[in-house]
Amino acid sequence: MLKVSNLNVYYGVIHALKGISFNVPEGKIITLIGSNGAGKSSTLKAIAGLVNTKGSIKFLGGEIAGSKAHLVSKKGIAKVPEGRKVFANLTVLENLRMGGFNRDRNTLEKGYNEVFNIFPVLKERAKQLAGTLSGGEQQMLALGRAMMSEPALLMLDEPSLGLAPKIVSEVFDIIKELNRKGMTILLVEQNAAQALKISDYGYVLENGKITLEDKASNLIVNEQVRKSYLGEM
Amino acid sequence: MNKKRNSLLTIASIVALFLFLWYASAHFNKYSIRILNDIAIFMMLAVSYNLINGVTGQFSLEPNGFTAIGAYVSSLLTLTAAQKHAMFIIVPMIHPLDTLHLPFLAALIVGGLVTALVGFILAFPVFRVRGDYLAIVTLGFGLVIRVFSNNAISVTNGPLGLKGIGAYTNLWWSWGWAVFSLIVIMRLVNSGYGRAMKAIRDDEDAAIAMGINSFKIKMIAFVTSAFFEGVAGGLLAHLITTISPTLFTFFLTFNLLIIIVVGGLGSMTGTVIATVMVVWGSELLRVVDQPMHLFSFTIPGVPGMRMILFSVLLIVIMLFAREGIMGQKEFSWNGFLNFLRHRKQK
Repeated sequence: MLKVSNLNVYYGVIHALKGISFNVPEGKIITLIGSNGAGKSSTLKAIAGLVNTKGSIKFLGGEIAGSKAHLVSKKGIAKVPEGRKVFANLTVLENLRMGGFNRDRNTLEKGYNEVFNIFPVLKERAKQLAGTLSGGEQQMLALGRAMMSEPALLMLDEPSLGLAPKIVSEVFDIIKELNRKGMTILLVEQNAAQALKISDYGYVLENGKITLEDKASNLIVNEQVRKSYLGEM
Repeated sequence: MNKKRNSLLTIASIVALFLFLWYASAHFNKYSIRILNDIAIFMMLAVSYNLINGVTGQFSLEPNGFTAIGAYVSSLLTLTAAQKHAMFIIVPMIHPLDTLHLPFLAALIVGGLVTALVGFILAFPVFRVRGDYLAIVTLGFGLVIRVFSNNAISVTNGPLGLKGIGAYTNLWWSWGWAVFSLIVIMRLVNSGYGRAMKAIRDDEDAAIAMGINSFKIKMIAFVTSAFFEGVAGGLLAHLITTISPTLFTFFLTFNLLIIIVVGGLGSMTGTVIATVMVVWGSELLRVVDQPMHLFSFTIPGVPGMRMILFSVLLIVIMLFAREGIMGQKEFSWNGFLNFLRHRKQK
């Protein structure tokens, strides 16, 4: 579904992504793991069109590298940004409405109901300002907001960031559940153990290059990965 | 039901406002009427400034430049050919501007449209930058306009300014436009575009990732502000009848910034309240400039005393209402009626 080849990102003189290539097949969860500054978020930003890139990004057969960011979203790629980034001064319902910005008005109601089915807590808090939600609720709102655009591909940037361990596993359960319903997911995580557990395939990013790729179940037992990312000695 | 009641209440209060203005225009002295006009024009400026600064969250410092453009364009259009011929003594005015003459309303609208066009063109370089840089670029634009009006003598008459502009602005014109701009801008804020503006204010990258064309949305806010600021400039010029480049300094923008911060960034009704407070209040405070007798003491009149007191009041407001009088909330009839009901029950 998504085919990235030889993708480069430069921030001024800094060469952040050095020609990475990977695939996201339909219906799968693909994870990029790596430490701080490895280029995980840059990869998602590049796909979303938020930074300038060199290389090719093919989505559903069409080239999207170099498209404007708001047009990428129209093509069916939704991004849940790092640190949630909900619209703090809008209500929960308005946040969802923004998620469905380019959606046909008549199907908005259907979209709300789908989101409320998965996240009942959001229904309770529909009229509340998003900034007053707890961290876990905000992450759920960010997920729900992304789903409002009826994406074909959902990109998640560190959904576990700053959440309590119990909430983290809840969020990962929801991601798995979304995937089971047919959503294709590209996940970027520092919490490698949790991410690999729910993923089909994984890539390891180091200093802007992919150094390792394999089935998630293989990566989880890979010695190098265990040492570097799973905190085992 | 509630919606219908609320719009009836809104219409009723607008009617009440104009009844008051009708009474005022017949019975108030010139000084009071001038203050009422000032309030209306500043309200219009502040509300449109708040659209770009408070609602869309783009820290822009453009109003003095835009007001100057609106003021110059509309004044040049209402002045008669004979007046212009007599006034441009250094360099004659360029053709065809020297013979162009329009009625007041048309001149105001053309002034607004020219300002909106300038805003449209300016938006391309301006919205390439965000935050502090945006403030610096728009501040620079205000200076450019001032230098232009000082030096493009064949268009603006340079530092001599324009004199004898018809005093067409009365309470009906100023308040009519103020109410109109308030209605238009509040409807815009409460529309889908308004929600997108607030989303951009809260997090621009997230908003773009939702598929919002942030440049387009910012452009809508900027051009709408520009139009109403241009019209307000025209109204101001036809109120004071003499304009020169020194009138549109950064101080004008600064005053507006005070008003929208006191009223609450993003709150239109807060801006309205703050305009009345700041414009009328600073006139009321003139009392303290005069010598006073308090008990047995005599305080000599110190010119400028009111500015000191005014600053102290602003500091107090910022201490106790850090987000401004209204924060980001708006006055609503529902809230107001609930408040009244609660008071009765007590």
